[in-house]
Amino acid sequence: MDFTFTQDQTMMADVARDLLDAECPVSSLRALSAAGEARDAARWRKIVDLGLLGVLVPEAAGGLGLAEIDLVLIAEHCGYFGLPEPLVDTAGIALPLLAALPDVPRAAEALERTLAGESTVAIGHPGNPFVLDADAAGAILLPVDGALHLVDRADAKLTAQPSIDPFRKLFRVEAEPSAATLIADAEAAAPLLTQVFNRGALFAAAQLLGLARRSNDLAVAYAGERTQFGKPIGAYQAIKHHLATVQVKIEFARPVVYAAAAISPASGLHEEARISHAKLAAGEAADLSARTAVQVHGAMGYSWEVDVHYFLKRTLALSGAWGTPNDHRKRAAARVFGAPVGPEHTFTRGAAHG
Amino acid sequence: MNLDYTPEQQAFRADIRAWLEANVPAAPLPSFDASRAGFEAHRAWERTLNDGRWGMVTWPTNYGGRGLDLIEWLIFEEEYYRAGAPLRVNQNGIFLLGPTLMEYGTPEQRARFLPAMANGEEIWAQAWSEPQAGSDLAAIRSKAVREGDDYVLSGHKIWSSRAAFADWGFGLFRTDPASERHKGLSLILFPLDAPGVRRQPIPQINGEIGFAELFLDEVRVPAFNRLGEEGQGWAVCMATAGFERGLMLRSPARFQVAAHMLVELYKRHQHEVDGTVRAAVVQAWMDADAYALSIYATASRLRAGGHIGAEASVNKIFWSEMDIALQRTALAILGARAELLPVAPDAGDVDGWLDSYLFSLAGPIYAGTNEIQRNIIAERMLGLPRA
Repeated sequence: MDFTFTQDQTMMADVARDLLDAECPVSSLRALSAAGEARDAARWRKIVDLGLLGVLVPEAAGGLGLAEIDLVLIAEHCGYFGLPEPLVDTAGIALPLLAALPDVPRAAEALERTLAGESTVAIGHPGNPFVLDADAAGAILLPVDGALHLVDRADAKLTAQPSIDPFRKLFRVEAEPSAATLIADAEAAAPLLTQVFNRGALFAAAQLLGLARRSNDLAVAYAGERTQFGKPIGAYQAIKHHLATVQVKIEFARPVVYAAAAISPASGLHEEARISHAKLAAGEAADLSARTAVQVHGAMGYSWEVDVHYFLKRTLALSGAWGTPNDHRKRAAARVFGAPVGPEHTFTRGAAHG
Repeated sequence: MNLDYTPEQQAFRADIRAWLEANVPAAPLPSFDASRAGFEAHRAWERTLNDGRWGMVTWPTNYGGRGLDLIEWLIFEEEYYRAGAPLRVNQNGIFLLGPTLMEYGTPEQRARFLPAMANGEEIWAQAWSEPQAGSDLAAIRSKAVREGDDYVLSGHKIWSSRAAFADWGFGLFRTDPASERHKGLSLILFPLDAPGVRRQPIPQINGEIGFAELFLDEVRVPAFNRLGEEGQGWAVCMATAGFERGLMLRSPARFQVAAHMLVELYKRHQHEVDGTVRAAVVQAWMDADAYALSIYATASRLRAGGHIGAEASVNKIFWSEMDIALQRTALAILGARAELLPVAPDAGDVDGWLDSYLFSLAGPIYAGTNEIQRNIIAERMLGLPRA
């Protein structure tokens, strides 16, 4: 029993954080959205060159052969910096899925091209009504009647669904599945799609944790600068207590997210409840943090000029993606009412669904 | 990161489970705050625990412990609460003063106080607050005047937990009469049966006498009873408060057991309540689990050489607010029977929920109010300016 990260894990995360700190300032988000763009190709190239895309891909397939716990801090940093490019979805969801199909040439080829940074793969899943980044992807994973297809973007009909988050390009995707696009039949696809959903929820939770920290950092910084009645507003208890309440939410989402990562990938009753708990706790922390940041900024908080809105919007988007709070409360309830509870079961694993 | 218990940790769990099954009293002991008899029954239980070397597993073997780490302490606590074992009447001693003695006490002080604390011979009360020094603890006026090898204590302490029946007290006294605020204070231990000590029990919200006022009129204690350097009492006391808020005051198992009981209560009455109650039950379980995970993370960090800081304040806010929500959910399930005392003929399964609910309301107040904790978080963790 050791609930700490290894030195390797924190060092790898620090490298990613430093890159994002240098390459993803809010000014770059502003410039991108002002230009109507959702992606910065130069930044994406740097991320690809860092070699992080293959964290969850086996070494034999050109990856690092690591696990979810090795990626969770990096995903948290991506949330913190509001990264527009699809590092989390690619490294955390799409590539481990493709790597699970080593004998399917179509999947292996997409894996290789994505690892090399030549293309990306967008992810369709029954848990999400729309597909993120479908327009920028070379191929789209598309579940059809339980089977999994990998369709070329050029063969799919995309209908844009504009999001409040300027960096989330969502699409309704329609395509004609065929024997040529099939990468997993229904039987093979079912456990893979479960894994996709669990990874999606886990890494959304990690990003939400980072977003919660970012919004509170912005609010704390402003509260230290803005003066009213002759003092920084952060000297008043009304402001202090708001921000402290957010910090408490963050501190008690953090260990849940990390514990969920540590037991992934697995799809038992206990593991899924923990992932769902992580998504709920991180989502609530990020939501409260973003709303509190708007309030602490006063009228500035409602303006386009202040940075808070970027993180508020990403929070809103990720809260509903990869399972709504309602979906995740159901999974937590299934565990609470369907398996033994009590202090000796904090780290219990496994158990099939009842 | 490895979230599985080692075979040694599993064996340890089996050991304590077996011992508790053989030794925990079949019927719950009467409350230690309601009567001398209840207090003494709990003292006897402390002796039984100590005889089995289960009193404080983290303490060194020469003080009756097992020299184990905080992860094993958490396992012990899980089994302890799971078994429904008696509450620890000496918690002020074993969880607060004990760790402080080990850090600040001289070898002679440790030898004098720790064994008697471990076996329940001396049960401790705390004496922090004064009528004018509550949240503003540094406003302490009680004084200790040095006379030769003694201190002479005078003053008025209040809200002293366990002081109605306990044997000893520990508290802050102003040793430098010219000092102000945090300076010039010393932590001094004093017997509650010493000449000049008058105890005035204070009935609590439930009618029991869990705390008392202490009137000290020229109480003479040897200077040996000062813990830490003279004038350094505030720093020593904050170390104690850090332990209290941080880790040991409320172990996660307590809330996980309460959440378990809530789940069972809900299952018996689920057709009488709506979906919001069901959601609150699930939330209570999640919160108790989040608290457990957080404490495991802290214990792992401390074991690796880390220190506990302002996160003690974060913990205190979380568990105290979680507890109230959990107890309120139980009362919501009990509905119209929630107001019944367990002695009511038709009380059914009201059990101890009402009493637990009332006690939960003290959570955001004792050991530093949650308002003070939020100030600490804002100033020390977030770096916001002082008022």
